[in-house]
Amino acid sequence: MSSGSWSRADPMSPAIPRDGLAANMTDIGRLHDALVRRALDGDGEAPRPLRRAAYDLHGLDEPLRTLVDKTAYHAYMVTDDDIASVRSAGLTEDQIFEIVVCAAIGQATRQYESGLKALRAVAAD
Amino acid sequence: MRLAILDRGHRLRTRALFVLIRIVSRQPVLDAVKVALYRPDFYRAGPLTQEAMRGPSEWSVGDRELMAAYVSKVNSCQFCVAAHSATSSLWYGDDAKVAATLSNLETAPIDEPLRATLRMLGTLTREQHIDEEDIRAALAAGVTPQQIRDALAVAFAFNITDRLADVFGFEVAGQAAMMAGARHLLRRGYG
Repeated sequence: MSSGSWSRADPMSPAIPRDGLAANMTDIGRLHDALVRRALDGDGEAPRPLRRAAYDLHGLDEPLRTLVDKTAYHAYMVTDDDIASVRSAGLTEDQIFEIVVCAAIGQATRQYESGLKALRAVAAD
Repeated sequence: MRLAILDRGHRLRTRALFVLIRIVSRQPVLDAVKVALYRPDFYRAGPLTQEAMRGPSEWSVGDRELMAAYVSKVNSCQFCVAAHSATSSLWYGDDAKVAATLSNLETAPIDEPLRATLRMLGTLTREQHIDEEDIRAALAAGVTPQQIRDALAVAFAFNITDRLADVFGFEVAGQAAMMAGARHLLRRGYG
């Protein structure tokens, strides 16, 4: 096993102290901001307001609304027909890709932030 | 995959990489890899997922892979359950522990802090939110606030990935391909 690889026998990279003092993830907030910014504001084929609406789950018309709601709440139930419907409405594959990515990031962000908010509230007690 | 661009729309040098992967690993390129490498200027979750899954944490890599598998199970995402239960099993060297956790969290042979954390992530994933009571329950089981933060980051990453996997229709590849993927995730991570 090469140095610095991740394995059961060598779970910690040599770059990471084993004393636990620096054993904190540090960059999640910054990485999260960058992820959201690229998807919502970066170059894309779907208009930015549409990407924002998918992220917020708000203000979308059918058939996009069904696809975006399913992405957020029960993605495993999405069918070929859901994709075919938005394609028939005139969206390109890249637009569909972007809108689904925005919907997924938006819902995961709301979940994540609810956890962080609850943690902060308990810490403030 | 439901969008043809995710199979065949990559840049030339990414397509060349796929050829290389197929030759070297003698396995098909997993759908997760195809999406991770499609238009990274627009969607690039790799750095965040890498930090959540391999960055410094009191949770082991195996624990975090198990969290990924568990969140994926609650999301009913077959591809991600298969990929991350394989990775977690490989790290622990213990298939039975991972299978037992996914089958019945309450009776699985795992430490209480990990069980309480998985329970919390399960609630978050199923209900879309958690509240102070859920956090207090984890703390009471001995989980530290930083461990909660780290676990929330893992859940965040997989609550995105699971959705993309199911909407875009990731195909669960054969066992050899999924195991090759698991070995790659332990050797190289998500970056």
